Amino acid sequence: MSAEATKPLAAAAIPSAGADMARLLAQDVVIGGETAGPATGAQRIEPTHSPRATLAGQPAFERAVPRPETAAATDLHREVEQFLYLQAELLDDKQWQAWIDLFAADGSYWMPVAPEQTEWESSPSIFIEDKLLMEIRKGRVSHPNAWSQAPQWETNHLVSHVAVESSDGGTIVVRSRFHMMELRRDAIRHFGGRYRHTLVRDASGALKIKLQRVDMFNSQASFDYVLQIWV
Amino acid sequence: MAELNFPELVQADRVHKSVYTDQQIFDKEMENIFEKVWVYCGHASQIPNPGDYYAVTIGRQPMLMVRAGDGTVHVLHNRCPHRGVQLVGNLKGNTGGAFVCSYHAWSFHLDGKVRAIPLARGYEGTAMNKSNPDCNVKRAARVDSYRGFIFASLVADGPSLLEFLGDARIAFDDMCDRSPVGEVEVVPYCHRMVQQSNWKFFMENQLDALHPSVTHQSTGISAGRVEKRIKEEKGSAPLHYHYLSTFASSFEQWDGVQTINFPRGHGILKAYMGLRPQDPDTLEYEAVLRSAYGEAKTEEYLSRSIHHVLVYPYLSVQSPLQQLRCLRPISPGKTLSEIWHFRLKGAPEAIYRRSLWYFNLVNSPATMINADDLENWTKAQWGLESDGGDWVSFHRNHGDDRVENGVSYSNHGTSEVVMRSQFQAWSKYMQGDAS
Repeated sequence: MSAEATKPLAAAAIPSAGADMARLLAQDVVIGGETAGPATGAQRIEPTHSPRATLAGQPAFERAVPRPETAAATDLHREVEQFLYLQAELLDDKQWQAWIDLFAADGSYWMPVAPEQTEWESSPSIFIEDKLLMEIRKGRVSHPNAWSQAPQWETNHLVSHVAVESSDGGTIVVRSRFHMMELRRDAIRHFGGRYRHTLVRDASGALKIKLQRVDMFNSQASFDYVLQIWV
Repeated sequence: MAELNFPELVQADRVHKSVYTDQQIFDKEMENIFEKVWVYCGHASQIPNPGDYYAVTIGRQPMLMVRAGDGTVHVLHNRCPHRGVQLVGNLKGNTGGAFVCSYHAWSFHLDGKVRAIPLARGYEGTAMNKSNPDCNVKRAARVDSYRGFIFASLVADGPSLLEFLGDARIAFDDMCDRSPVGEVEVVPYCHRMVQQSNWKFFMENQLDALHPSVTHQSTGISAGRVEKRIKEEKGSAPLHYHYLSTFASSFEQWDGVQTINFPRGHGILKAYMGLRPQDPDTLEYEAVLRSAYGEAKTEEYLSRSIHHVLVYPYLSVQSPLQQLRCLRPISPGKTLSEIWHFRLKGAPEAIYRRSLWYFNLVNSPATMINADDLENWTKAQWGLESDGGDWVSFHRNHGDDRVENGVSYSNHGTSEVVMRSQFQAWSKYMQGDAS
């Protein structure tokens, strides 16, 4: 038996990648930045290309780092939390008028198309409804000839991650997460995302919704069928 | 495979249910219609800069539309010629100076020509060297545009884009002429909605004037009630209540809305909404148009009677409100619709905001109108898949319509001449005549 054959098998069969591999491992994330060393792979062929680049001149949406709740006393947190649960329960129980009554007289329900949107007057929305438009939607789904309301249809919301972001001068801004399962005929769809409520108090001190902003994480995915009612 | 007998399937006043449900017929539609005619890819303003691209489906073909460095728009198959991997994996973006395949880094110029192959000497002495055209990304046979709207055809021969559009080109003229500089730009959000039904239901429904007061009764009545109350309280109500309440007009009113049906299946539903209120925003806008075009042209542009225009077989253009719906058929019973909105360049912001109400209330994924249309079409698909009957009736007002130079004008708005005309074109295409 030769000396060669007694060497451990692994060492002979798998050559070391050497310095090149060490340099590759040392590279930082390259999207939008300089690479640490000479380009390899696709970057060597086409250094300016990224499969993740957005349309030119349209920067990617910068997501803010969520801040923990610091603004609320325990009792305010609890009051707000219960209010958000009630909002969701009224939708699941199809108590449309009671749900609309949660809104202040000048309150709005807004579901933007995309998270970077900051206003609804000059850009498209999935929903933007004041109380008059809410009344139309309520009237539509309650009408005896609302054909699309005939199949069995139920929703189930879960609300969590409630964080009061600010509370000053009677205006409370609160962030939360929701997950809604929807049953229509025999099929289930899922919608999820973030609520951002701007709450105020009416003359009796009760919380009212000045703005309910709903950012669905799947708002730009294709919709199989539509959303008939508020999420 | 059974031979398809189109004159038997498509008769003058009825069609066989299989044209909506049969996979073999669907495949033939893709081959003979969608992969031959000029298909809408997108608007030039979607890809303003070099390297900007959008993925688009033409028939069954995943394609992409890209702006090259010299400003030219190319429409390419989304497929690397090496091993077939798709070159882009998302709907839109900027690819920089080249496309790069994620598998082996073959790269391509923005016109599809091969740019670099790693370790290219590996191909020396083989048939696949850089001078072989098989190394290039395959391109759409023809690309053309009309007033900023970009179309592609996958066959080299056939009518030009303008010949294909024919009189339906008014869709784009009517939209652009409403801008004082004659141009629109896209609003960069696309709503995508899947219809669980054959694509033809949508095209028929767009010009079906009998259905609104039935299908959309609940929304029309509910909106009408609120609109009436606002009018009583304030004297007038914003136009967007009217957008919804008008759906509940009577059968007789709808019967008075004429349709015009062109060869190749295109068509127009005439206006019924009254989009020239005398509010300050409208007056300001009309003054802007008059200073751009003069009195006569402005009147011509603003008095065109159009609700929407169909470009058969896949496009519905609501030119007076600058919105567009484009169909991408997926299977006999499944269709994707892409919904876009445009701004009139140079027009006051208030005019965009006014049409935005229609986009939000009628064309968004929370639509109070299409919710009931989609329910109808889903149930229609299921009905036609059943053995409960073989035929779909288009007898209403058959023989009553006025035909001049191949264009059919309905004497009754609810005439099913719309469907008869579309199927005439369909049958011609399906028998191999794309002229």
